Amino acid sequence: MAGAPAIVDANRALQDRARAREDAAVRRPIVRFRGVKKAFGAMTVLEGIDLDLYPGEKVVVIGPSGSGKTTLARMLMTLETPSGGEIEVDGEPLFTMVRRGRRVPADERHLARVRGKIGMVFQHFNLFPHMTVLRNVTEALIHVRRIPPEEARRRTMAMLERVGMAEHADKYPAQLSGGQKQRVAIARALVMEPKVMLFDEPTSALDPELVGEVLAVIKEIAAKGDMAMLLITHEMQFAREIADRIVFIDGGKIVEQGPPEEVLLRPKSERLKAFLARFRNGMGLR
Amino acid sequence: MGDEWRWDVAWAAARKIAAVVPVTIAATVLGFVVAAAAGLAWTIARRSRSALVRGAVEAAMEFVRRTPLLVQLLFLYVAFPRLSVFAIGVIGLGLHYGAYLSEVYRAGIEAVDRGQWEAARALNFSRQKTWTRIILPQAIPPIVPMMGNYLIVLFKETPLLFAINVTEMMAVAKQFGSETFRYLEAFTVVGVFFFLMSYPASLVVRWLEARFGRAG
Amino acid sequence: MEAGILLLPGLLRGLRVTLEVFVLGAMLALGLSFAVGLLRLSRFPIVRTLAAAYVEFFRGTSLLIQLFWLYYALPFFGVELSALAAGVLGLGLNYGAYGSEVVRSAIRSVPKGQWEAAIALNLSPLVRFRRVILPQAWPLMLPPFGNLLIELLKGTSLVSMITLGDMTFQAMSLRTTYARYEVPLFLLLLVLYFLIATATSAIVRRLERRARVGRSA
Repeated sequence: MAGAPAIVDANRALQDRARAREDAAVRRPIVRFRGVKKAFGAMTVLEGIDLDLYPGEKVVVIGPSGSGKTTLARMLMTLETPSGGEIEVDGEPLFTMVRRGRRVPADERHLARVRGKIGMVFQHFNLFPHMTVLRNVTEALIHVRRIPPEEARRRTMAMLERVGMAEHADKYPAQLSGGQKQRVAIARALVMEPKVMLFDEPTSALDPELVGEVLAVIKEIAAKGDMAMLLITHEMQFAREIADRIVFIDGGKIVEQGPPEEVLLRPKSERLKAFLARFRNGMGLR
Repeated sequence: MGDEWRWDVAWAAARKIAAVVPVTIAATVLGFVVAAAAGLAWTIARRSRSALVRGAVEAAMEFVRRTPLLVQLLFLYVAFPRLSVFAIGVIGLGLHYGAYLSEVYRAGIEAVDRGQWEAARALNFSRQKTWTRIILPQAIPPIVPMMGNYLIVLFKETPLLFAINVTEMMAVAKQFGSETFRYLEAFTVVGVFFFLMSYPASLVVRWLEARFGRAG
Repeated sequence: MEAGILLLPGLLRGLRVTLEVFVLGAMLALGLSFAVGLLRLSRFPIVRTLAAAYVEFFRGTSLLIQLFWLYYALPFFGVELSALAAGVLGLGLNYGAYGSEVVRSAIRSVPKGQWEAAIALNLSPLVRFRRVILPQAWPLMLPPFGNLLIELLKGTSLVSMITLGDMTFQAMSLRTTYARYEVPLFLLLLVLYFLIATATSAIVRRLERRARVGRSA
């Protein structure tokens, strides 16, 4: 009896996702990785990644640590430069630009313009320790988006309200718990209204009892909003709930991808099976 | 004025300056020995059980560190007219850098685990034996690179001895300059001498630092 | 006591010059510390190498030699500096070299994640540095800057040897007039330096406290 509404919900969610995928197919991807490679010295981290992310799509990247999934997000945020291939954001190459009819490496202005469409939440929060919660969030609004301080403050408070941190606005990061810090970091990225949000293992550095509050916030953000999300995580149950598509990366390559039920419940490759087996116990995956 | 560099003059200056390199080196080495000993004495006195002694030593060290070596040398020079100027130079360098080395020793000693003191107490070592057999052998090796740094700093301060009439490299260069009116060569050559001696030494110290890590 | 009354006015005549050289030298050193410290973090190897060469050169030779060179040897190239200019330039170049190391290491010790967060928020390079990195590096710089400032003050006594009339210079000339009092004379001079150094370090401590405000643990 109690199960019935849940099944209806799940069915509706599946239909929604299917529709979202159909929509996506006719639209242009917001992010495009084409044969993207990355090597650090002699060590190859990624070898030829092709991946499209459509507007509003929620893609979860899973894979063993050291598989290169973090590097993928960091390149999109321009924190690393690819060794090969191309990344496009909103139809425009990220690391190159056209000057006098020739393709040249992107300058800071080009990077800044494209970067404005992307937000990122880090594993270790990276809040600015010398600024209050409020200033952490207003800083880029005022100094990048040039929004007047009063308006920036209003938007910040609304955003802090949304992540449940409004009453801590005047505290410094050192006074917050890990979960609270991460919620501020999410607000800080979100307030810039990016078209793509990157989450790089947002709960990996948290004490287990604090993971829930952060996942709840991310879920809430994912539910509304046409923002695309690229989320790297080891929280499989959460991945299943939130993802339109799950991408499994191992050894620097995309090994398998598809809807969560496919990837998580009916893995095809041996590598994915072995990887998921490690999460079977206690992860609520049946 | 305006004449260009003359190699023959530079060569003559170099020969004169080279002749007193041993004086500079002797002052450096002896000054450092005094500094190492004085620094250790300061350090141990700072750990005295008497608050009065501790306070007095701290104040004296602070005074030495906050006043110019040049003026300290001049003071010793007029206060102890019977001592040779070289001895005054060595004592002045030694006392001044002893105050700095004391900080280095302290860092080394504080880095020794508290348990070592307690173990020494438990084994009934005397206070003196605890220092010489247990604490210092552990405290000194990690601070060797930092002491090396101060050896170089001290070396570079030896030109100040010229102010109290010690005939070291700077004094000879100045004299050469005023005799020949070729200050350019004289002071360039003396600078090159100092650089050629201190730069390789600083590379050695950096290598030691990389190898044995920093203390403190 | 009598000696003090006799000698103090003479020494204080040099105080103005000492302070002048101290303040101007410190300003030049601070500017060079930041300029060179940042150049040492440049993306371009040639810039880094040149900046490093400057630092090694000034740290590898003695302040006294540098002062003598600027005052006595530079005229051979047709550049005649006043004693004050030579003193300020020598002190500034010398302590600027040490200070640049302070700036460099303080900036480098700001965690990498702070740079990355600033980039992710799309802050411009200037804003990144001024509002994110510098406020975190500055409190780390203050204590070593305080020590260098004391060293610079002590270094000012060397300008007496290039004929600049600072406190030490005045003491040297008073010594010939009041030979009886030469011991109290230099003792008094030491005390004067100690007082200026102590005041300087008190000011730096206050700056340190101010820089920490709001950063509760």
